[in-house]
Amino acid sequence: MDHKCIDKILEKYGHQESSIIAILQDLQEEENYLPENDLAYISENLPIPLTRIYRIATFYNAFNLTPRGKYPVSVCMGTACHVRGAPMVFDRVRLELGIDIGGVTEDGLFSLETVNCLGACALGPIVVIGKEYHGNMTPAKVESTIKKYRKRIAKEK
Amino acid sequence: MARKDTITINGDEFSFNEGETILQIANRNGIDIPTLCYMKGLNPTGACRICVVEVKGARNLVPSCATPAMNNMVVETESERVIKSRKLNIELLLASGRHNCITCEKNGDCRLQDLAYRYKVETVRFPESETRYETETNALIIRDFSRCILCGRCVQVCNEVQVNRAISYGYRGSASKIVAVGDLPLNESDCVFCGECVQACPVGALTENPSRFQGRPWEVEKVQTTCPYCGVGCQMNLHIKDNKVIKITGTEDVAPNFASLCVKGRFGYDFINKPERLTVPLIKEAGSLKNASWDDALSLTAKRLVDIKSKYGPDSIGIFSSAKITNEENYIAQKFARAVIGTNNVDHCARLCHASTVAGLAAAFGSGAMTNSVADIEKSKLILVTGSNTTEAHPVISSYIKRAVESGSAKLIVVDPRRIPLTKFATLWLRQNLGTDVAWANGMMHVIISEALYDSNYVKDRTEGFEELKKTVEKYDPAFVSKITGISADDIIKAARMYANSRPASIFFAMGITQHSTGTDNVKSMANLAMLCGNVGVPGGGVNPLRGQNNVQGACDLGALPNVFSGYQPVGDPAVREKMEKAWGVNGLPETSGLTITEMVKGAQDGKLKALYIIGENPLVSDPDINHVEQGLKNLELLVVQDIFLSDTAKIADIVLPSASFAEKDGTFTNTERKVQLVRKAIDPPGKAKQDWEIICELSNRMGYAMEYTDSKAIMEEMNSVTPSYAGISYSRLENGGLHWPCPAPDHPGTPILHVGTFTRGLGQFHAIEYIPPAEVTDEDYPLYLTTGRVLYHFHTRTMTMQSEGLNELSPECFVEISPQDAADYNIKQGDLLRVHSRRGEIQAMARVSDQAIKGTIFIPFHFAKAAANRLTNPALDPIAKIPEFKVCAIRIEKV
Repeated sequence: MDHKCIDKILEKYGHQESSIIAILQDLQEEENYLPENDLAYISENLPIPLTRIYRIATFYNAFNLTPRGKYPVSVCMGTACHVRGAPMVFDRVRLELGIDIGGVTEDGLFSLETVNCLGACALGPIVVIGKEYHGNMTPAKVESTIKKYRKRIAKEK
Repeated sequence: MARKDTITINGDEFSFNEGETILQIANRNGIDIPTLCYMKGLNPTGACRICVVEVKGARNLVPSCATPAMNNMVVETESERVIKSRKLNIELLLASGRHNCITCEKNGDCRLQDLAYRYKVETVRFPESETRYETETNALIIRDFSRCILCGRCVQVCNEVQVNRAISYGYRGSASKIVAVGDLPLNESDCVFCGECVQACPVGALTENPSRFQGRPWEVEKVQTTCPYCGVGCQMNLHIKDNKVIKITGTEDVAPNFASLCVKGRFGYDFINKPERLTVPLIKEAGSLKNASWDDALSLTAKRLVDIKSKYGPDSIGIFSSAKITNEENYIAQKFARAVIGTNNVDHCARLCHASTVAGLAAAFGSGAMTNSVADIEKSKLILVTGSNTTEAHPVISSYIKRAVESGSAKLIVVDPRRIPLTKFATLWLRQNLGTDVAWANGMMHVIISEALYDSNYVKDRTEGFEELKKTVEKYDPAFVSKITGISADDIIKAARMYANSRPASIFFAMGITQHSTGTDNVKSMANLAMLCGNVGVPGGGVNPLRGQNNVQGACDLGALPNVFSGYQPVGDPAVREKMEKAWGVNGLPETSGLTITEMVKGAQDGKLKALYIIGENPLVSDPDINHVEQGLKNLELLVVQDIFLSDTAKIADIVLPSASFAEKDGTFTNTERKVQLVRKAIDPPGKAKQDWEIICELSNRMGYAMEYTDSKAIMEEMNSVTPSYAGISYSRLENGGLHWPCPAPDHPGTPILHVGTFTRGLGQFHAIEYIPPAEVTDEDYPLYLTTGRVLYHFHTRTMTMQSEGLNELSPECFVEISPQDAADYNIKQGDLLRVHSRRGEIQAMARVSDQAIKGTIFIPFHFAKAAANRLTNPALDPIAKIPEFKVCAIRIEKV
């Protein structure tokens, strides 16, 4: 990311070391993941030791140190989703995308991860694609749902 | 007076100070509470739960390391509940990973094993958990994650003691792992291999690779001695098995390092045991060196020296003493030069590093050494570091500085053209043009004086020459200084105010200040600045030159200099000469100052010097303008080299005498803070090698002057009697820790801070100094500047460090550090082979494009004989100290 943009984020939080999580969230919002060079820049300019940033970034599942797809796909594996068939939904997603947890599709559009609960159990099983929630998922609906995104992207191009 | 608060532990009542933890009180009173993750002096993490105790009224067991005592607390440290909990924790630790003791290096020295034994944990009820991570191996450190108990001691010492910040926790839960940034292997990470983590590891998760399968903890004998590398004087334990050093650890609880070491100290010991060590004397016959007996070699040396002396006079002979040998040996070397040969031509490599410090500080204060102690760094409010890449050249002192900054006790100003690692910790970093140190110092003093921030009482009562100084710095206003130095006027003002308003403030410097043709001026400028703000003679203040060699301070102290006897007693003083003549039983000691190292080399070139006796130095790599040095040495009628290896210089000698390394001798080294510390013999020297003092004494005996000492202690006793500043220093006192000189009497406690109350010379002398540009500046033919220095992994001419596989792996070859801007201008990429020319020579080395370098200046380490930076450097000398300008010369580069 442009150093000026990172400076803006640091400025927003008043260069407070204690705001490091919020800073990383903002960076990931912009970049989709936490690029190493950007972390080094934050380390030098906040300043905060890079090891400390790395400790925080690896502790939280919400942070990614490798690039994710344009539309990260999160399958909820929480208890409520699980009993309603989340594992089958997950298998279907994996098949459809051809990647495993942590992977990114070759075209860079999708990446796959699981989460343990999204707090919307009434809608389970849930799959989140990008920022959109898809409730009451079934294995059968997976293909068409992902296709929608593929179409949308094709249109954007 | 209010009754003091008390706590009851195991039925006994103890008083305590506010804030003390239960563990501290217990330790203080001899109650043994077991610990695992606890590190004395650091913030307790409470991670391992081994030190839990039962507190009456508390619901849960509490970790004694992290629980402050309260009044009327009742504590049980070995109750049934406590023991049950400890046993459970030990079982869980033993179940996490694979704790197989049979071939573990820590078997017998493992805290987890000790605990299991103490609490009789014979079986583990839980299944062994799977180890997720592969063992990682590099040349120096093995990380076995299957043995890691995640206690965090390694993380604590890396971040809080050494402040290298290379490792931390990564991931979480059962996936937790101690990681470097990016979870990279250590040798690809920011790790600097100080090995502090290895020493702190309570189990076998971190071990020294070179020590693997070399010996079990109970088979080794440990001998405490002083590190042979830089001037910090770290205390270390040599682990000895079968007359071989198999491991080195830092000595716990002892100043100055308190168990810390750097990569060289901890891992750079391979040289001691190498088969390449010289084991017999060598004599050149028909152009090649042949093995010889001691008798032949010494007789021949004696005869040749006597012949040359009678033919050309005593001043045709010169002696290079050494900053690597002991105080006793330096004393003997200079005594040999003066009493036996009859010349003051004795000098050593301090000429090339801190001669300007000795000259400059002696003129300003009356004594040319570090004014304050290392421990004093903790008392500084502001630390100014200039011309010292402290983290690489004096790593353990740099940790003191980093800790002071991290704890908030001090601010740091760095003045350095390179982006050295310390700049990360600096509040202010001034990036000056090469060789403009007098200018920025004058600029700061201009601001301090014009804003009346100086200590006027101190200036009035304790110093002289202020008016002249004031007049001279008047024209160095920030705008003018900015033009010379390239530092912005604002930053000069900021630095001046910070320095003047934070007292006590200390100054640390090294070769970046001294190795200039204006070196003495630079040093005097540092003295000016410190005196102006009343920072000399106070705790936490001072002007502190960091000495580069283990015993460079001692070599100077004991008279391995052409103008003084031991204790800086001038050779020109008849009373001193008379005293020495009486003590040594000779007449007519030479009264005029002898030649310096640089002058002796010149003398050899000119044919005035006929014989040179070099002890433990390697001028064919270390001296400026090597091409001329080589000519000079080849021009000699006799070159004798006494060394532990066949160095580049030894290869061209007529006679080579094998000497003992630091591990093979008794004696003392004096570290950078003037502290005299013991060197203890741990093993026997290889083959027929002898201690340096023994060789010189035998040579002297053959030349008709009897030198008979039973041991190094006897030499120390003679030193005591003729050297006032060392008069009170004895081996028996040093057994209990080092002593700072001056220590004039057996009951004197030593002097950690110089110039308290009054300067050695009476009043402190301000010197009004004008800025003079470097001797060589860039032009059309040579458009770039070159500056030289050290890297962390090597020492000087690599005679010792090149013997270590691990160090060579971490720093295999010479490089040319060049800024990204210059690299772009010359179309140079990382790893391109470059040819570097100066007016004196050329070398080739790989490009390392790095933003550590500033545009217009390249940096080359001087360690590597194969691409010796000193083929390029300028031998222009400081007129007073005769120190060469290693730090600035003009060069041009091209791709090969």
